Amino acid sequence: MSERPAPPRGGGFDISRAWTDERARGVIFQILIVLGVAGLAAFIVINTITNLREAGLSSGYGFLFDTANFDINQRLLDYASTSTYGQAFVVGALNTILVAVMGIIAATVIGFVTGVLRLSNNFLVSRIVGVWVEFTRNVPVLLQIIFWWLIMLALPRVKDSISIGDAAFLNNRGIFLPSPVFEDGSAIVLAMILIGVIGAVLVGRWARKRQEATGRTFPVGWVGLGLIVGIPVIVYVALGQPLDFDIPEKKRFNLKGGFNITPELIALWLALSTYTGAFISEIVRGGILSVSKGQTEAAGALGLRRGLTMRKIILPQALRVIIPPMTSQYLNLTKNSSLAVAIGYQDIVSIGDTILNQSGQALEVISLYMAFYLVLSLLTSAFMNWYNKRIALVER
Amino acid sequence: MKTHAFHRSRAEMLPERPAPITTTGVIGWLRTNLFSSYLSAALTLGSIAVLALIVPGLIEWAFIDATLTGEIGKDCPSEGACWAWLDQRITQFFYGFYPADAYWRVNICIALLVPALAYMLFDKLPYSRYGRWFSLAYPVIAAILLVGGLGLEVVRTDQFGGFMLNLIAGLVGIVLSLPIGILLALGRRSRMPIVRMFSVGFIEFIRGVPLITLLFVAIILLPLFLPPQVTLDQLIRVMIIITVFASAYMAEVIRGGLQAIPQGQYEAGQAMGLGYWQSMRLIILPQALKISIPGIVNTFIGLFKDTTLVIIIGLFDILGQARLLQTNPDWLGKVDYETFLLAALFFFVICFSMSRYSLNLEKRLDTTRR
Repeated sequence: MSERPAPPRGGGFDISRAWTDERARGVIFQILIVLGVAGLAAFIVINTITNLREAGLSSGYGFLFDTANFDINQRLLDYASTSTYGQAFVVGALNTILVAVMGIIAATVIGFVTGVLRLSNNFLVSRIVGVWVEFTRNVPVLLQIIFWWLIMLALPRVKDSISIGDAAFLNNRGIFLPSPVFEDGSAIVLAMILIGVIGAVLVGRWARKRQEATGRTFPVGWVGLGLIVGIPVIVYVALGQPLDFDIPEKKRFNLKGGFNITPELIALWLALSTYTGAFISEIVRGGILSVSKGQTEAAGALGLRRGLTMRKIILPQALRVIIPPMTSQYLNLTKNSSLAVAIGYQDIVSIGDTILNQSGQALEVISLYMAFYLVLSLLTSAFMNWYNKRIALVER
Repeated sequence: MKTHAFHRSRAEMLPERPAPITTTGVIGWLRTNLFSSYLSAALTLGSIAVLALIVPGLIEWAFIDATLTGEIGKDCPSEGACWAWLDQRITQFFYGFYPADAYWRVNICIALLVPALAYMLFDKLPYSRYGRWFSLAYPVIAAILLVGGLGLEVVRTDQFGGFMLNLIAGLVGIVLSLPIGILLALGRRSRMPIVRMFSVGFIEFIRGVPLITLLFVAIILLPLFLPPQVTLDQLIRVMIIITVFASAYMAEVIRGGLQAIPQGQYEAGQAMGLGYWQSMRLIILPQALKISIPGIVNTFIGLFKDTTLVIIIGLFDILGQARLLQTNPDWLGKVDYETFLLAALFFFVICFSMSRYSLNLEKRLDTTRR
């Protein structure tokens, strides 16, 4: 077939007829839009420059190298109040990533467990889970974050800490856990764990190939467990337990040593993972329901047990429905972590806010954390698209 | 002759026997629904244990041990819930700092909202010709009633607060984000490359950043972007941002609906000689919007819950009022959970009924068989 014939133009381009020609109209409309947007942008830029000059503010990102002069108590990197604004930003960004990763893992577990439980034929369990899901989903997440934070602050004071086996402590300053101290030889144990993981993956591949070729199954789970946990434990004991723990010690006003998780992080993590977990629960439920009943019956006819049916037949098909909306839930969780500013967990927005108040560089600070979230969103959706494609390929 | 003695079968039917008691009645129900397997039985016992742990304690806290009267937090003993604040503060929870002698204006607004919404949502109502006009005029009427002017005493927008603020911001966002979202969705599927580019860029940018950063833009950066003599009311800035934020999400929901419309429908529109806007308005959008109703309602719910974020930039919505009371020296440490419980209930009632409505629509519109 040839292309659609161009509309008759009566020889050449006639400016007076432009409005009746769809293509010309499109071009004119788009030129107008470009002019409008460019005009708006110019208006904003000119205003900003005049306003900044009148306020006597400098612009540019040079302030990132100035000394920050404030403390950050929750940090994954070395940071002191003599560090620069730029370093403070990096610490904040890592804090955001930390709570996002923790939240995503917990929300996925909560979501899958409650999603399956809600479909259980146990009347009581499905009702209880249903009530929890509906309540959690329909209450603003900010309220839930502050609520968990108030609960954390209502915990006993340091001197009445709830102690768990005298090794871990829970009080209104958060959770204090023993922190690992790596001694000579611990690197070998860590290496063994890594080797174990690689070995387990290889065994899994080999077992799948063998099963496809001969039909014989291989106990991948047990062998994998032995490789990942068993051998490192043996090596650990053989090397004379090269891993020590720094156990927190109760002092008068605070706990010394160990590893502290702040109440803000716990509150934010609990709130984000339960809130998002409730949404994922609904997604999982919808995904499982979307697999037609005939599939379960067919699996039963082949003699598969219920657990195997779920794992081999239902979930792989349900996952295709589940993954895309779950991606957006992960992104929502990451973006909701910015509500940390309400309870003072020092994520990128809250640190950015402090920097903004100190340095007055509003434009630069806000642009920095917007760029951070945009990159994070793009990376997450790129990864999930890749994963989604991988599992969608099974379809022929 | 005794021929009957050796009959091998009965001559008449036996009376029907009832089904085994293990499959009917209470026992049968328990066996199929609570104790169908060991796992199920364990789950049942576990849930009963959880319920026994939570429910009696909660009821005791909220009702039995609760204190209903008192002037300040000290009047409440620490065992039960402290509801003594309700008496003094419930109006603030709902109206914020709105002047008490003008509460009637807010009440009229809410009362008028019912017919305004009804005429917009339903076709067959009496006087629907005038009703439509009333729906269109409602925003203006509401604005005059709330803000004042035309003989009414003017109320500053920073006096707005409480749940009323959530309702106003949410409703404005809902009403405005739908048309903007439709335009953005159409722009994203447009054949004009520049229109498409701008739509995609706008949608992805807004969806890629948290609402709180956009609110900071509205509060901190907007004055920088505008000439010094132009000042925009803070509430208006917030409402603009919430609307813009919701329209990007709305656009994606509607795009999903547009993509589900078969190509033949577009071609049919062209074959009828309809122009772009005509075929969109008469053929494509009615079908696409119908498909996307559940998603649209979900966006509304999200938008409504997001209105609580205004406390971070210093407005006192219902959550802000709760925080004010919690940090008030008179009530410090006494009303943390009570105030939040009330605020949560406000949101739960509205969001849950919206989600039920959307589920209901989804079921009615879903014609596939399971």
